[in-house]
Amino acid sequence: MMRLELVKRPQRSALFSALSPFIAFALTIIAGAIMFALLGVNPLTAFRIYFVEPVSQVWQLHELAIKAAPLILIAVGLSVCYKANIWNIGAEGQFIFGAIFGSAIPVLFPQFEGPLVLPLMLLLGMVGGAAYAAIPAFLKTRFNTNEILTSLMLVYVAQLFLDWLVRGPWRDPQGHGFPQTIQFGDSAVLPELMPDAGRANWGFVFALVAAVLIWIMMGRMLKGFEVRVLGSSPRAGRFAGFGLSRMVFFAFLLSGALAGLAGISEVSGAIGQLQPVISPGYGFTAIIVAFLGRLNPLGIIAAGLVLALTYLGGEAVQSALGISDKVARVFQGMLLFFVLGCDTLIHYRIRLIGLALTKPEGAAKLEAAPKLKEAR
Amino acid sequence: MSANHDGANLLEVRGLTKIFGTLTACDHIDLNIAKGEIHALLGENGAGKSTLVKMLFGSLEPNSGEIFWNGQAVRITSPGAAKKLGIGMVFQHFSLFEALTAAENIALSLDDGSPISSIAAKARALSYSYGLPLDPDSLVGDLSVGERQRIEIIRCLLQTPQLIILDEPTSVLTPQEADKLFETLERLRAEGKSILYISHRLEEVKRICDRATVLRHGKVVGHCNPREETAASLARMMVGNEVQAVVRAPVEGIETAQPLLEIRNLSRKPATPFSIPLKAISLNVRAGEVIGIAGVAGNGQGEFFESVSGEVSQQDATSVRIRGKDAGGLTITGRRLLGAAFVPEERLGHGAAPRMKLSENLLLSRHATDGKAFVGTGGMVKSGAVYAASQRIIEAMDVRKSAPDPEAAALSGGNLQKFIVGRELDRRPSVMVVNQPTWGVDAGAAAHIRQALIELSRSGSAVLVISQDLDELFEISDAIAVMHNGELSKPMPIAEATFEKVGLLMGGAEPGHAEHTLETA
Repeated sequence: MMRLELVKRPQRSALFSALSPFIAFALTIIAGAIMFALLGVNPLTAFRIYFVEPVSQVWQLHELAIKAAPLILIAVGLSVCYKANIWNIGAEGQFIFGAIFGSAIPVLFPQFEGPLVLPLMLLLGMVGGAAYAAIPAFLKTRFNTNEILTSLMLVYVAQLFLDWLVRGPWRDPQGHGFPQTIQFGDSAVLPELMPDAGRANWGFVFALVAAVLIWIMMGRMLKGFEVRVLGSSPRAGRFAGFGLSRMVFFAFLLSGALAGLAGISEVSGAIGQLQPVISPGYGFTAIIVAFLGRLNPLGIIAAGLVLALTYLGGEAVQSALGISDKVARVFQGMLLFFVLGCDTLIHYRIRLIGLALTKPEGAAKLEAAPKLKEAR
Repeated sequence: MSANHDGANLLEVRGLTKIFGTLTACDHIDLNIAKGEIHALLGENGAGKSTLVKMLFGSLEPNSGEIFWNGQAVRITSPGAAKKLGIGMVFQHFSLFEALTAAENIALSLDDGSPISSIAAKARALSYSYGLPLDPDSLVGDLSVGERQRIEIIRCLLQTPQLIILDEPTSVLTPQEADKLFETLERLRAEGKSILYISHRLEEVKRICDRATVLRHGKVVGHCNPREETAASLARMMVGNEVQAVVRAPVEGIETAQPLLEIRNLSRKPATPFSIPLKAISLNVRAGEVIGIAGVAGNGQGEFFESVSGEVSQQDATSVRIRGKDAGGLTITGRRLLGAAFVPEERLGHGAAPRMKLSENLLLSRHATDGKAFVGTGGMVKSGAVYAASQRIIEAMDVRKSAPDPEAAALSGGNLQKFIVGRELDRRPSVMVVNQPTWGVDAGAAAHIRQALIELSRSGSAVLVISQDLDELFEISDAIAVMHNGELSKPMPIAEATFEKVGLLMGGAEPGHAEHTLETA
C-alpha cells in the first residue's frame, strides 16, 4: 500500500516564500495555455488578447483601476481577518449591504443635494457593511458557530434582499418596470479622477489609502501586533491580555466596513444606481487577491491589479474569440489553487509512505560535517 | 569499549548518528545493553537522549550507524518493527484516550483483534503480579497520572518485550509511587528482561541502575557504574562543569511582613469534563518569601495558575487580592497593572508566540504595564525602545542565541525560559507567580533561574512557584504547600518539611493523620 503524507519542513525557505506568487502565476499561465489549446485557440494569440490588449491604452488602464479598486479594498480588510485566523468568507454580502445602506440617501431622499451627500453615503456604506459583518461575529462569539458557514450563507441572503429591494420597494416608478432604482443625482456620484483620460473614480484612491493605513497598522501599531499574536498563537494572546472575542468583532467590523465602502463606491461611481446584480463576485475574488498578495496590504495592491486584469481579459476573449467569459473564473480559480499549493509545499514536503526511503551510506557522511554549537 | 565482550548483549549500537539540518543530535553513539540489566541513559535536556531512543524505537531513522539485536544486524524502520523485535517503550507523555477505559486503550495498541474482556483479564492478572494494581474497566479520565503510567507499562508488558525503554518515568510520580515503580523494575530485571532507563535524576539512577551511559551535546562522554559514582560526579559528566549551587539566605521577621498575594476561598468549576475543579483554596504569600506548591501533574495546578493570573477571572472579586486590592474580577492585564507578573508552564504558544521575535515577545506581556515606554501616541509601537529593553534582558539573563533578535522558536528551551523569566523580573514585580520554572531546562540555566527568583523575593517581592520537581522546591522555597485533586494543603515551613511528608500529601493523604489514609487496593 502506498500513500502520500505531508511532512513539516524544519525550515521555511525565505526565497521560495517570496517567489511563491510568481511561481503560482507561471503555473497558471502554463495551465491556461493547455486550456486554450484544448479550446482550439492558439495560446499565444489568446494570451495576447487576454493579458496584453486590455491594458494597452490609457482609458483601459482606467478600467483596470475601476475593477481593481473594490478588490483591493475588500482584500486588505480580509487580510486582517485572515491574519487573526478569523475566516470571513462573506465579503460579497457585506459589499452588497454597504451598497444598499449608502444608496438609501439618493434613493429615498433624491431632493437632498450638496457636498454632504457623498460623505454621508460613504459613511453609511461602511456602517452597512460593518453591521452585516457583525452578524457572523456575534454568532461566533455568542454561540461558537463556524464563521465560514455563517458569513458565506449570509451572502445569499444579501443577494436576494437586494434583488427584492430593486424589484419591490426601491424600484424606479418611471423605470418601465425594469428592476432598478432611480439614477443617482449628481451630488451622489463619486467623481472621476481624470475625466478627460478615463472613467477611474475616487474608489481607487480609497483602496490605496486603505492599503497603506492597514499596512501601517499591521506592521507598526499595537493593534496589528494583537492581530498577529491572536492569529498565530491564541493562547499566548490570552496571556498577553488580548481578548479573542473583541478581536473577532474588530476583524469582522473592519473588513465589513471596507467591503461596505467598496460596495457604495462601486454603486455610486461605476454603476450610478442599484440593480439586482452589482458585483461580478468581487467579494469572493478578493479572497484570492488577499492570498496572492501574501496577506500583505502592499502585496494586495499588486495582486488586485492582476486579478482585475483577469476580469478584463475574460471580457476581451469573449468578444474577440467567442470564448465564454467564464475563463476569467477559471483563471482566478487556478491562481488560488496554485498559490495555496505553493504555500503548502513551502511549509511541507511530500513523502511517499510504503516506498523505502533509504539514504545511501555516503550521504550521511557528507552531511556529518557541520557540528552543533549548542544542544537542542 | 570492546564490542561483544561477553556475547550476552541484547542490544548493541555502534556509531549511530542523526542529523537535523545543521544540528547533529546524535553523533556516533555507542551503547551496549546486556541481558537482565537496568541501563541508565543520562544527559541534560537536549543532550540527544530522546533522539537516540526514537531511533531505537523506530520512529526516527538514523543517518548512519548500526544496531545489533542479539548479535544480528537489524534495521528498525517503524515502532511496529521495534515491537516485533521485542522492544517496548513507555513514553514520558502518555498517549491515552481519556474517554475510554484502560482495557480499551490497551486493546487499541495491541491491534490483534482479541476481545476486550480477555485483554482486561490478562491486564488485571499481569498488573497484580507486578505489584501495579490497576482496574482495567476504569475510565482513563478518572485515573491519576501514576495510574495512567501503569496502563502504559502494562500495555508494554503485554507485548512481552525483552527490552523496555522508560522515558523519565518518575517525573510524574510521587516519591512513594516511584518506590513502587522501582520494585517492579527490579522484578523485571530478575526475570532477565533489560531496561533502558532515561533520567536526569541522579539519585534514582544511583539507586536502581547497574550501568550508565552519559550523553552530552549528542556524544557519549562516558560509561560508568552509577553506584560507584557520587551525584556530584555524575552531574559533572552530564553538564561538563560544576553547577553553581543555589544559595538561599534565611528570611527574618516574615510573620509581620505584608501579604502581597492573598488567595481566599478560590473555587472553580471544571471547564471541561477532564479538568480539575478547584476547591476553596486559600493561601497568603508575603513580601520577602518564596512559597512552593508541590503536586503530581494534573491535580489542578494549571487551573490554579489560570485563575491566579487572571487568564480566567473570578466571580468573587475578593478571591484573589494583589497588594491589598481585590483582583478576582480583573483580567490578566488588570492584575499586571497592580504589580503582578506571571510565567506559565508552556513556553512556546503560551508564554511566548513561537514565530515572533524576542523583542515582540517582550511586548507580549508588557505592552500595558510599560505602555508609556513601549507604545507611543496613536498606538504606534516604539520598536527601538522595545528592542533595547529586550537586549537588556538577554544580557541580564545570559540568553544564548544565534541572531540579534531571533524568533522564540529558534531558541533552546532553557534559553527561552531564561528570557521569559527575565522579561518579568526586569519589571521588578511585587508579586511573581511561576508555573514549572525550570521544566525541561538544563542544569546551568535552572540554577540561574532559581537564584533569580530567590533574589527577587529577598528584595521584597512575594514569589509563588508551582512545580513538580520536589528537589527544586526544597531548594528555593521558604514553605511548601501541596496541591492534590484541586485542594491545597497548608504551607509547611521548609524546616519542618521532608520528602516523606510532602510525598504523602501529593498522594492524597490528609495532613495530620497521613498514616491512616494509605488505602489498601
